Amino acid sequence: MKRLAKVGRILLATLREIFDESAYARFLQRTQMAPSRVAYSAFLREREHSQARRPRCC
Amino acid sequence: MNKSLWVLVWGLVGLVGAAAVGMVAVHRGEPINALWLVVAATCCYALGYRFYSKFIAAKILAIDSLRATPAERLENGRDFLVTNKWVVFGHHFAAIAGPGPLVGPVLAAQFGYLPGTLWVLAGAVFAGCVQDFVILLFSVRRDGKSLTEMAKEETGPLGGFVAYGAVIAILIILLAVVALVVVNALKDSPWGTFTIAMTIPIALLMGIYLRRIRPGKVLEASVFGFILVLLAIWGGQWASQNPPVAHIFTLSATTLAVLILIYAFAASALPVWLLLAPRDYLSTFVKLGTIGLLAIGILVLHPTLHMPALTRFTDGSGPVFAGKIFPFAFITIACGAISGFHSLISSGTTPKLIARETEIRMVGYGAMMAESAVAVMAIIAACVLQPGVYFAINSPAGVVGQTAAAATATISNWGFPVTAADMQALAHSVGEQTLFNRTGGAPAFALGMAHIFSQSLGGATVMAMWYHFAVMFEALFILTILDAGTRVARFMIQDALGHIYKPLGRTSWYPSILATSALIVAAWGVFLWQGVKDPLGGINSLWPLFGIANQLLATVALCVATTIIVKLHRAKYAGVTLVPLLWLVAVTFTASWHKVFDHEPRIGFLAQAHALALAPTTKATPHLIFNSRLDAAVTAVLVLMVALVLIESARQWIGILSGSREARTKEAPFVMTRLTEERI
Repeated sequence: MKRLAKVGRILLATLREIFDESAYARFLQRTQMAPSRVAYSAFLREREHSQARRPRCC
Repeated sequence: MNKSLWVLVWGLVGLVGAAAVGMVAVHRGEPINALWLVVAATCCYALGYRFYSKFIAAKILAIDSLRATPAERLENGRDFLVTNKWVVFGHHFAAIAGPGPLVGPVLAAQFGYLPGTLWVLAGAVFAGCVQDFVILLFSVRRDGKSLTEMAKEETGPLGGFVAYGAVIAILIILLAVVALVVVNALKDSPWGTFTIAMTIPIALLMGIYLRRIRPGKVLEASVFGFILVLLAIWGGQWASQNPPVAHIFTLSATTLAVLILIYAFAASALPVWLLLAPRDYLSTFVKLGTIGLLAIGILVLHPTLHMPALTRFTDGSGPVFAGKIFPFAFITIACGAISGFHSLISSGTTPKLIARETEIRMVGYGAMMAESAVAVMAIIAACVLQPGVYFAINSPAGVVGQTAAAATATISNWGFPVTAADMQALAHSVGEQTLFNRTGGAPAFALGMAHIFSQSLGGATVMAMWYHFAVMFEALFILTILDAGTRVARFMIQDALGHIYKPLGRTSWYPSILATSALIVAAWGVFLWQGVKDPLGGINSLWPLFGIANQLLATVALCVATTIIVKLHRAKYAGVTLVPLLWLVAVTFTASWHKVFDHEPRIGFLAQAHALALAPTTKATPHLIFNSRLDAAVTAVLVLMVALVLIESARQWIGILSGSREARTKEAPFVMTRLTEERI
């Protein structure tokens, strides 16, 4: 059961990472901001600068 | 594990794998079950991962668990970040898995299921996984440097220049090819076009939800978005059966091409992240879900493959694309076996997330194995179709004939019986007016996927829903690649032009944004337009061009890897990257030679131009001749680039081995890790 819960936690963490929820959490922590529309807009602006340059495969 | 048990287990895996590969390879006549392919693939991957990748890790790369990675040393919470290995694996796989491993194997199925399967398995285990693994490790040891930077530092400035040129060339050809795949899947299909059109308001709604209602709750928004997309598929059926609405969404190939070009320009030039980011998330959600669902469907249903092991088209006369098994099967299937593009991901985001060197094997080698498994699923999806149906869908009208009667007669004469009534019934069952001449691979894959899904979930009554779900799945994430790819290419062009005139490099200066966006859209637009107007269906010319360009980048990556291995004084093991490199050089050189100089007009671009010049002139003839000559010139430039980088690398190897050149690598100095288990 414990192992199953661990697998579930890792799966959720993977999805949160792929879908940038973790990146947003890190952004909030780094900038000391509370979750809000303004914070999310700032996060998206920052992501645009770094992520928009990353190629993805065919 | 007890040593005897260990030997017994791995011996058994080896035996079962050999039996399954043997069954796939030597069985002729009766159709075989798809499970043989699944078992062969599973055993090959298990053995490759357990033994070959471990050998590379220990003997060549000397992976060091005590060495701090850039994620630890340079951690900044943004690009460099210590991350759980499974999370990095998921991230890496999501980045490398695109439509390539789905489309390539479907097209190569014209040779039968055997060539594609063997190339996907051997290519992945001995070449593709090795490339991704070693490039990832070398990038980690160089503070996460990109392939172009490593090529410049390790093989010389020429290597860096060629890598840069190859990336631009691949992006341009890739964007044109995938756009053509979408056009061919959606032309004259009101259902598919309606569903894809609906993803725009759905993405906007998701964008509003993410920004205004629940900022940052991407998973939640993606679930809602996915449900809305399913409703859009259902709505597409209504649209296709309602004549006034169907009329609006029934678009020709040229109209769709123009709309896609306008969309890509807008996506590149305008700040439309309210639309693009949610669409990107939605596409990833659909991609991961569908690949998982397809794997379960194949395992549960284990369908029968109706395509023979080898078809008569191994002689080069194939209707889907012309050319013999060697070299064309090996450039048609790139992403499922080896893809140069992966080396960009392995030297991009991923090396900045790896916590320990010991995890690189699982992420680099393992994620490519997963991608190869997707390619095996694509082969199965294509080969569960009756061969006559497969060829009717994938053959251009210029080869099989303009009418249903002519096409079915031609295909039946090849020994793959199919009737016009069969095709009509099949088209009706999936809500399409016709399935003839749907070149590009996507419709055939969608039909195979619908066939597998409908047999396990819902039966024939929901076949149409599954078919359009599959079309939506492919078109959605191809469109994501189109908008993201055009933007990436724009940034690369701006970076390069910034060296000539500084303001052009400023990504916020609108004249530069508009000019470079127009430049990049025009560059791939030329090839897309060519594909749409090509009587042979476009994919016949453009997919091999893309395959050559992609394998060229793999050649650059393997040159860099071999150079570093030689510099590390492990030349006796250099065969691990040198053998795949020589194979790829043989493949790309031979394919390029055929594509430029072959006397058969369906293969050689120059012969095609010559044949067009001799044929009765129509309004389109000058354009078609220009297109053929342009393709020949692009192919020649690509192969020249391969030759240059190979010569430059070989000079390095000979110099180091003969002692006339210093073996100096640019590795970051060793720093002891301070990470604890809990931290990771």
